[in-house]
Amino acid sequence: MNEEIKVDKVMDLKGLPCPMPILKVNKGIKEVEIGQIIEVLSTDPGSLSDFPSWARTRGHEILKTDQNGVVTKFFIKRLV
Amino acid sequence: MQNIEAQIEELKTQISAIDKKIPSDKISMIVFSGDMDKVLAAFVIATGAVAMGMEVVMFFTFWGTPILRDKNKKAGGKDTMGKMFGAMLPKGSCEVKLSKMNMGGMGTAMMKSLMKKKNVASLDKMIEMAQEFGVQIYVCEMSMDLMGFKREEMIDYANMSYCGVATFLEQAKDSRIQLFI
Repeated sequence: MNEEIKVDKVMDLKGLPCPMPILKVNKGIKEVEIGQIIEVLSTDPGSLSDFPSWARTRGHEILKTDQNGVVTKFFIKRLV
Repeated sequence: MQNIEAQIEELKTQISAIDKKIPSDKISMIVFSGDMDKVLAAFVIATGAVAMGMEVVMFFTFWGTPILRDKNKKAGGKDTMGKMFGAMLPKGSCEVKLSKMNMGGMGTAMMKSLMKKKNVASLDKMIEMAQEFGVQIYVCEMSMDLMGFKREEMIDYANMSYCGVATFLEQAKDSRIQLFI
């Protein structure tokens, strides 16, 4: 179950509150190619709900969500 | 055969009429309030909506108008009332106050320092970001005239223009979301 996800870009958004994580990730995902994957680290508790909402709306896929203490790691695949 | 072609033509006309009635993926906001907290919320929604792929239009009217004044700019040629309004209303986003717990400015100062500590973007920064994201700002011409504001004292903002109620309504009619703040 613990296969490695090949990540093309890492975004460290720790310490940034709403709305910054969504604004940054929306910008950041455009910097990788379609089909590539970004890893995003966030400490904003709202991100747990916001990232899936954003991904559904923009048509991207969240492959995996790893919550470790206050830091949540999202693996997001750019689909469009 | 001819009957079918006529029917297709009619359907085409109907579809294009329906198409015009479907709102765009757009959000229209009226920023009526001149309170720091409320306007901050408006800009958080505005920038967030851009991230969600929406077009964003903000209309500043009444107490919202002075937020778009530039603290470093001066405008001459005002009458007495204009000068009075100019002096009494906030000069730009740095001077606006909280809607609650302002406590003679102390509450607002405390909130600002707390926001800084918690990394929450200031109103100034949010306006800057809105500009970068292409958020369209309209300013109510009537409010400008009423309060005696001149265009030369407003901030430099790429997508800012002046309008009346019809411009807002045209945009609002074509938006999925309309907010009054």
